[in-house]
Amino acid sequence: MNWYFIIFSAVKVAMVIGAVLTMVAYAVLAERKISAWIQDRVGPNRCAPPFAKYIPFVGTFLTRIGFFQPMADGLKSILKEDFTPAGVRKIYFWLAPALSVIPAILVVAVIPFGSQIGAQKMVIADLNVGILYTFGIVSLGVYGLVLAGYAANSKYPMFGGIRSSAQMISYEISMGMSVIPVLLIAGNLNLSRIIGWQAAHGWMVIYAPVSFIIFLTAAFAETNRLPFDLPEAETELVGGYHTEYSSMKFALFFLAEYTNMIASSGMMVTLFFGGWTLPFWGLDHSAGEFAGTQALLMGVAHILVFLVKMLVFMVLFIWVRWMFPRFRYDQLMDLGWRRFVPLALANILVTAIILWMKS
Amino acid sequence: MIVNRKPLTFWERLYLPAIAGGLKVTLRHAWRTLFRGKVVTMEYPEQKWAVPTDYRGAPYLVKDQEGNTKCVSCQLCEFVCPPKAIRITPPGESGKLADRPNAEKMPEEFEINFLRCIYCGLCQEVCPEEAIFLLKDYSLTGQSREEMIYGKEKLLALGGTHGGIQKWKHKLEEAKAQDNFPVKI
Repeated sequence: MNWYFIIFSAVKVAMVIGAVLTMVAYAVLAERKISAWIQDRVGPNRCAPPFAKYIPFVGTFLTRIGFFQPMADGLKSILKEDFTPAGVRKIYFWLAPALSVIPAILVVAVIPFGSQIGAQKMVIADLNVGILYTFGIVSLGVYGLVLAGYAANSKYPMFGGIRSSAQMISYEISMGMSVIPVLLIAGNLNLSRIIGWQAAHGWMVIYAPVSFIIFLTAAFAETNRLPFDLPEAETELVGGYHTEYSSMKFALFFLAEYTNMIASSGMMVTLFFGGWTLPFWGLDHSAGEFAGTQALLMGVAHILVFLVKMLVFMVLFIWVRWMFPRFRYDQLMDLGWRRFVPLALANILVTAIILWMKS
Repeated sequence: MIVNRKPLTFWERLYLPAIAGGLKVTLRHAWRTLFRGKVVTMEYPEQKWAVPTDYRGAPYLVKDQEGNTKCVSCQLCEFVCPPKAIRITPPGESGKLADRPNAEKMPEEFEINFLRCIYCGLCQEVCPEEAIFLLKDYSLTGQSREEMIYGKEKLLALGGTHGGIQKWKHKLEEAKAQDNFPVKI
């Protein structure tokens, strides 16, 4: 085993996890702020450490936009009493938060978040079966929720857990099938090569718009976001599967939800919107094709492009949450099985026929 | 009454018009809040609502325009107070006299427990001396239960001076006027 490989991988893993956790913290802030704006409110604007007013020029502004709020939120989650109700099944109760966070973070491993910096590819694991790995890991995410619902030994979490299992399994089918036309068109499972194909031919969303719509909807369902948040459903199930959780364990479910959002935003950018490429300013060429300082600059620019594209999707996730009411359970199943599964199948068929006629 | 639901058209069943409508509404609100500053909320400690004139806030004792305690320790408010929030210690037979001539007495101690007070205004209504009023204060806080029991000095300081009838002063004037009354024996 090459030592350089291990060291650089470790550095990349540390950087990516750091970036993802920071993004989660600020996604929660964005959620609160955007919901406030949509509902004609102001949102968190008070939280400030004592030194905030000594920051020149922007100190007050940062406080007003709630810049320091995530730190207070994180601190609160750690310091709160970690209460374990009397009737819970303890082992599963402790296991469930971990089981929902781990798959969420693992998905990020295969997403190429940039081209190259130096000789290092900006992806943790450049797997040849990247997309299959993603679906494999994503389907593990449901265990965390079901286990949480079962472990709590109370009725509302149980409902939430059962709903989540039904919902996530249903939508995984249409999600998986929606990606097949993309793979047919690009002719590869490796996410880096799919991005390479898009750099050469144009963004996948132009070639497979139906796939994108199904994938987007299924991504909302998979991440338990409104209008598909039946497992949580605050208004009917109290808090759904995480009703009995408090403190850091609750925060871990939160973390998992937002990490899932980040991961699926990353997947959508990678599969349909050209990943780290932009079709102008030479940004569609890998940084490896440049030399010296320019290579480094391009490498950084690619990461920034990827982040900006991802942020657009994150904002869409949040925006949609404050726009739609929740689906009824039967409507959810109807949409999943009777609309999206046939649509996805037809989509595969049509794409395959067109590709066959062309060849 | 039976309301017949119209069957949705194909276009409506695609959810797309509803999605577009939702996006439009939410975007409009976010735009207004962000760039026009039209918020419905109020940033409370800095901004406050204008309290209406008939607002029933915290009951405080008031002084008359000459700075005298108006309360004569009659204990009517204590008796009428539904949650028994008021406690008055009268001066007793050989206690301190009132701080103004002709008034019979004034309270030795006057306590209102604001943890009990329900802001009903009966004390204000029952007071024959116009000595206690529900003023506009609505945000009373403290760090202990003891702190929330307001004593006489505090109540008088918070209540301030209040113009109005000076019953005992007028009584004195009347009495003095009667000195010149020709009395026939």
